[in-house]
Amino acid sequence: MKTAVFKIWRGDANGGEFSEYSTEVTEGMVVLDAVHAIQAQQANDLACRWNCKAGKCGSCSAEINGVPKLMCMTRLDAIPLDEPVTLEPMRAFPCIRDLATDVSWNFRVKKSIKKFNPRPPDAPDGTWRIAQEDIDRVQEFRKCIECFLCQDVCHVLRDHHLQEKFIGPRFLVFVAALEMHPLDTEDRLPELKTAGGIGYCNITKCCTKVCPEHITITDNAIIPLKERIVDEFYDPLGKLLKFFRPKI
Amino acid sequence: MSNYPTLEYDVLVIGAGGAGLRSAIEASAAGVRVGLICKSLLGKAHTVMAEGGMAAALANVDDRDNWKVHFADTMRGGQYINNWRMAELHAKEAPDRVRELEAWGAVFDRTADGRILQRNFGGHRYPRLAHVGDRTGLELIRTLQDHGIHQGIETHMEHTVVTLLKDGDRVAGAFGYDRERGRFKVFKAKAIILATGGIGRAYRITSNSWEYTGDGQSLAYHAGAELIDMEFVQFHPTGMIWPPSVMGILVTEGVRGEGGVLLNNEGKRFMFSGIPDAYKAQTADNPEEGWRYTQGDKNARRPPELLTRDHVARCIVDEVKAGRGSPHGGIFLDIAWIKEKLPNAAEHIKKKLPSMYHQFMQLANLDITKEPMEVGPTTHYIMGGVRVDAETQMSNVPGLFAAGEVAAGLHGSNRLGGNSLSDLLVFGKRAGEFAAKYSKESSSSQINDVQVEEAARQALEPFERSVKATGTAEGPYQIQHDLQEMMQNLVGIVRREREMTRALAELDQLWRRAKNVIVHGHREYNPGWHTALDLKNLLTVSEAITCAAIQRKESRGGHFREDFPNKDSSEGKMNIVVRKDADGSMNVRRENIPEMPPDLKQIIEEMK
Repeated sequence: MKTAVFKIWRGDANGGEFSEYSTEVTEGMVVLDAVHAIQAQQANDLACRWNCKAGKCGSCSAEINGVPKLMCMTRLDAIPLDEPVTLEPMRAFPCIRDLATDVSWNFRVKKSIKKFNPRPPDAPDGTWRIAQEDIDRVQEFRKCIECFLCQDVCHVLRDHHLQEKFIGPRFLVFVAALEMHPLDTEDRLPELKTAGGIGYCNITKCCTKVCPEHITITDNAIIPLKERIVDEFYDPLGKLLKFFRPKI
Repeated sequence: MSNYPTLEYDVLVIGAGGAGLRSAIEASAAGVRVGLICKSLLGKAHTVMAEGGMAAALANVDDRDNWKVHFADTMRGGQYINNWRMAELHAKEAPDRVRELEAWGAVFDRTADGRILQRNFGGHRYPRLAHVGDRTGLELIRTLQDHGIHQGIETHMEHTVVTLLKDGDRVAGAFGYDRERGRFKVFKAKAIILATGGIGRAYRITSNSWEYTGDGQSLAYHAGAELIDMEFVQFHPTGMIWPPSVMGILVTEGVRGEGGVLLNNEGKRFMFSGIPDAYKAQTADNPEEGWRYTQGDKNARRPPELLTRDHVARCIVDEVKAGRGSPHGGIFLDIAWIKEKLPNAAEHIKKKLPSMYHQFMQLANLDITKEPMEVGPTTHYIMGGVRVDAETQMSNVPGLFAAGEVAAGLHGSNRLGGNSLSDLLVFGKRAGEFAAKYSKESSSSQINDVQVEEAARQALEPFERSVKATGTAEGPYQIQHDLQEMMQNLVGIVRREREMTRALAELDQLWRRAKNVIVHGHREYNPGWHTALDLKNLLTVSEAITCAAIQRKESRGGHFREDFPNKDSSEGKMNIVVRKDADGSMNVRRENIPEMPPDLKQIIEEMK
């Protein structure tokens, strides 16, 4: 039977090193299967996160040969096995142990964003009427499984470590889903410009490329938000018009 | 006082899937202090895997629908051993719970007039499932999560509870560890809500993740709570079977709801033969009528592929046994055929079933818009669990509540697709409401340090055992694997008395091995240790399933016995109750189901 060699990063916040494991390869196997086999047979204490094993929960994010991916959706027959496959934890986040990283920053960021605030119901029974075409875009954003691969690959977070100044692509998508929700009445643009740090994004589209849900993060979420910010804060004509416009 | 960090709450919720989040939100809204424990990160629970939708008689698509039809469908699907009061409450309250989600930001697919769209599903008479493509569970958990984080709930991610603590008869708290550092913690609480989901990891082929080791059922059992209906395990008819690494991953019933058909290797739609009598009147007898039904023709009856899951799973097993299966031991599920009916079929399939398209493309190199899928049954859900009061969701242990899959009653012997997400919301809310009420009316509980120290000692044992003392060096994964293999083979879809008796003997052996399990390394984020600690729960629920399955001498819903292949009306009048005896052994007894009130009986008669 065919075998493959994996170089898996073993360590914690204080450092670590790559360890080599070799495991058998069967048809259709994904990287997570290999990790599980190694865990069950050779390294019981190898730490990794996973849940659904079907690309729906976004737990098993890691860097496979240096590329941020979900381990459960990466087939071994799609990567070269004639040399060792390297597996590393996401580099934009502090390592807890082995492949598990501390992603708690993401949860704190989400909490800082103003929650959904709907307009009053349209019908006496407390329901709303929304056309499907008005929510197609929002539904695209809501496909996000919070794997944080977009955060991992974003150079603002990964290389420049601006976690305190920039919320990252995941939360720009999150804000876009709220701002474009037809029922929402909140305005999150001022915070997006300041605490959200949207200006740090220089639309290199790395996030879009790694998104396992194929959300067009940059084109559909970030650029429209940037345009709204420009309209709101930097358009002199708009500002003038707004000055004379009666307050609603 | 013990030396472990102690956190104090009025209500502690264990489990952060749909039921846990919904109950935490409700309890918190009642003004009490709420702690929420999740085994994984927040928002990753098995609820995200729910695909098809949540059942609620909103009547947006078919105005003939109402709570009575939903109630009757649920009872028929569960073959009348359901807790009828839970089925009634569920059918009545589900629509409000769905609308509430919309107010919290959920974005459901819409009807042409802008209301929440509903789709067909197995066993539901009318299109009833509010949905978002085939990722409804994600929408539900994300909506609850994003709403819940602003409610003042204190969340403990990646924590696992290993035992419940008692103060006399009542529950006093929970003892557990955090995954990251492996530190023990005591959670003191006046009321505890179990929302830990299912037991799928007791079987080899399952749609469930590593978390579903029967924690809640086992915690409750060892704390003195009764479990009922444990013999009823749902094997979802359509799991992926090829390639081997994806075996068990769910293929939504929505595929059949959108017109997908089941074919054997002769290309025959075998589901048309053997339609059960209870469903004959409402099932199509020709493919044309079945197709019209899936396309919303109100005068058409549903295709036999949309019969209940227990029946469809068994038909697939029979077909494979008769030698008419697919190359890898399943049957074919074909949605690509609808190109004969729809001009833009490929686009339509991708729009309606995006994650199925994606899943097969990526994991099986198969384009479902062009080729049929190979599918077979996979362990999906347990109808049984903690016995609870229908109104309050409290178990027989004062202060201990349960909601969602870990609780029993609503689904009887077989759950209808779509009734799980609505179950989570309806009974999650009730559990939260009544646990909060209970905590307000209760004095503070006392933590017993002896219990805490004993739990800590047991939890650390796997590290301290030496190869020399135990004579073995067995790690936890092999034991878990052998248990899964055994349950799959001996207490699976088709059951026989002698095999189940053998299963009990094997469980005895597995218990012994589990007591000698050895774990290497240290306590920080050590999955080997976590797997070892979960063994107790897996073994407890496996034993309960096996004992209950031996006891029920008939075939009903998810429980099929080759030695008693028919339904038995006297067996159908009772539930099987499992409880831990004072001497630590498992007590199994039968109890009659309370008589249904005349008004509900009448509804069932009218809907026949």
